[in-house]
Amino acid sequence: MAVTEEKKPGKVVLRELQDKIAQDVFDAKARGEKIGWCASNFPQEICTAMDIKVAYPENMGAAVGAKGGGQRMCEEAEAMGYSIDLCSYARINLAFAKSGECPENSIPEPDFLLCCNNICGCMMKWYENIAVEKNIPLLMIDIPHLTEMTCDEDRIKYIRAQFDDCIAKLEEITGKKMDFNKLKEVMATSQRSSKAWIRALNCMGAEPSPFSGFDVFNTMAVATVGRGTPEAAAAFEYLADEYETAIKEGRSTFKGEEKYRILFEGIACWANLRTTYKTLQSRGINLTSTIYGPAFSFFYSNLDELMAAYSYVPNSYCFEKEVQLRCEDAIAKKVDGAVMHVNRSCKRWSGNTYELERQLRERVGIPTMTFDGDQSDPRVFSEAQYTTRVEALVEIMEANKQKKREAK
Amino acid sequence: MSDVRKCLDAFKEVATSPRKQLDKVLAEGKKAIGVIPYYAPEEIAYAAGMIPFGMWGAEVQVTESKKYFPAFYCSIVHACLDLAIKGAYKGLSAVMIPLTCDSLKGMGANWQYGVKDIPVIDVAYAQNRKILGGIDFTTSQFKKIRNQLQEVAGVLISDKAVAEAIKVYDENRAVCLEFTKLVAKHSQTVSVTDRAYVLKARYFMDRKEHTEWVKALNGMLAALPEEAVKGKKIVTTGIMADTAELLKILDDFGFTIVADQITHESVDLRQETPADFDPFRAMALRLAHIEGTSVLFEPEKLRGKQLVEIAKEAGADGVLWVNTKFCDPEEFDYVPCKKALDEADIPNLQIEVDQQMVNYEQIRTALETFRDIL
Repeated sequence: MAVTEEKKPGKVVLRELQDKIAQDVFDAKARGEKIGWCASNFPQEICTAMDIKVAYPENMGAAVGAKGGGQRMCEEAEAMGYSIDLCSYARINLAFAKSGECPENSIPEPDFLLCCNNICGCMMKWYENIAVEKNIPLLMIDIPHLTEMTCDEDRIKYIRAQFDDCIAKLEEITGKKMDFNKLKEVMATSQRSSKAWIRALNCMGAEPSPFSGFDVFNTMAVATVGRGTPEAAAAFEYLADEYETAIKEGRSTFKGEEKYRILFEGIACWANLRTTYKTLQSRGINLTSTIYGPAFSFFYSNLDELMAAYSYVPNSYCFEKEVQLRCEDAIAKKVDGAVMHVNRSCKRWSGNTYELERQLRERVGIPTMTFDGDQSDPRVFSEAQYTTRVEALVEIMEANKQKKREAK
Repeated sequence: MSDVRKCLDAFKEVATSPRKQLDKVLAEGKKAIGVIPYYAPEEIAYAAGMIPFGMWGAEVQVTESKKYFPAFYCSIVHACLDLAIKGAYKGLSAVMIPLTCDSLKGMGANWQYGVKDIPVIDVAYAQNRKILGGIDFTTSQFKKIRNQLQEVAGVLISDKAVAEAIKVYDENRAVCLEFTKLVAKHSQTVSVTDRAYVLKARYFMDRKEHTEWVKALNGMLAALPEEAVKGKKIVTTGIMADTAELLKILDDFGFTIVADQITHESVDLRQETPADFDPFRAMALRLAHIEGTSVLFEPEKLRGKQLVEIAKEAGADGVLWVNTKFCDPEEFDYVPCKKALDEADIPNLQIEVDQQMVNYEQIRTALETFRDIL
């Protein structure tokens, strides 16, 4: 396989693949194919199997935030009448949809929209507005929020009905037909990708972790946009192999001694990524647990299970499951504390953060801190607040370690 | 004091003292079910002989809810949770919490951890509500809720009883809608504040009783000669628009609400329940047909078009967009709806209100200017 011959770091391989996937959408558009804008947790199996190219506005929002364009784009949306209280990914995309200009990142003009509200209900209203503004079709798969630990038959039936309806409409819009044998292949490939991605993430359980946990925020994009392709599956397997080898050889890409390990809750502050990272790294804190990375892996063995799998994502799970996942991961990844992002953009995620914090303290017995931030609008984040709270967290984590040492 | 005034004051008494109403229901030996917005199938609870009790927040300064929700959160969920933690809803047999928007999806868990004595009945329904699969899903969920409510009520809830409850609710919607039309012709007798209280009272009363009260009021209003419209005629739109200070400002400046597209008010009233052999499916079909609210999926964004039609039909001078602060669906809807109003040359103003607001001076100034330019 080409990627192994080049001996590039896995994260570089994935970044190149991400760039190629983004370019493929532009190329398809240039060929005159119908392309779409797609929500991050929309069942990608449909488009991959139908060879329909789609761009991801949420990824664009993250990239624009990381490259420093978040505030400018958000302010453009606010000038259009959108409230500063709305999701910054949405504001960036709505501003871009109107002007078509954004030097930090770009995606081609859409011919249709694919929405899925398992990540948040905000997606639904955001995509409604794009559909009306551009006068293009909006296809939505509504994933009802889970109120129990598992997805029941009524929900599976409803999601399946929408899945079938969506395929029929996409065939009409794009002129491409669904090949159900190809769909089976894509489902199998997606399983390969998801398994390898989780294998890579599980390497964070090693002490020390073989990599800086903030790398997850960089490598996860392909898990979002390309997990149904053989290239993505190979790249994730390559990444997982690399991490496992590093563990065996006692190597880590984390700079400095890994003194403390934390669970990071919530979406990254893309616009303040360097500050949020350096403040932790400079104090010997490595991120070893995050639910955000595994959010883009889906496990199933048939179509019904695929329908259910799209309910089993953070923000769509029932709260008890959300707590269970964090607690299990925190224990498996041996964390000393938790850093919880109260994300101004994400009402869905922030609505249970305080209770989640209490549950982590009670069930895992770790100290926690919250901080105010935003995924792509830098105006919400306060470096002073973040630093002060991280310092307080370090003091508690150190005191806890001291107690453990004394107990031995 | 005129009979109309006495009648309006009776509605005010109910609308401004929900706890008293709840105590009255409990004293009568009936059970009450809390109903959080939006579109919970409360007809099922009514069919079981219980009184559904609307919970749209209140004008309170919240403290306890801040341990669960961040400050940048919908004031309705903040107020409901805060009141529940502090015991204001004591006596409710259960609370129905729909999973309509992001704020409400977080509400159920926070309620379960914060309020131990009132169990939660989650209300799931399809946002893809117009397709067959969506109607089937909503129907199935409403039937599950019947099972849960049967346990709470301790009685079986027959299809026939649900069908009867639907009739009660539809009749109530019809008389309330008729009332909003009569108000437009009697704005010197019925103030903006009076109008809001009449509509709000239905959330705290047996709907059958509320219907009788409104019918009596409508009868008296219809018998009065039509009055010249007081001040400027406006249409209001938003989630809700009934904070006391806002209503007072609208009255102070002599506005008349000739129609509304408020989710808490006429959006619910305009859609009757379609006929269907299965009452649960009939309620799912009603949900599929509701238009004009931001909280339901509306890919064609008909709200703006509907708002223009309502304003034109009512002969409104302008439209007042009452934005419930931190409501994502409303904040998204505002831009395309404003565009629709502007294209139709309908003057419009957006104000932002939340239930914890204490200073309305900015809104007072904005509304005074709006009145002057209309």
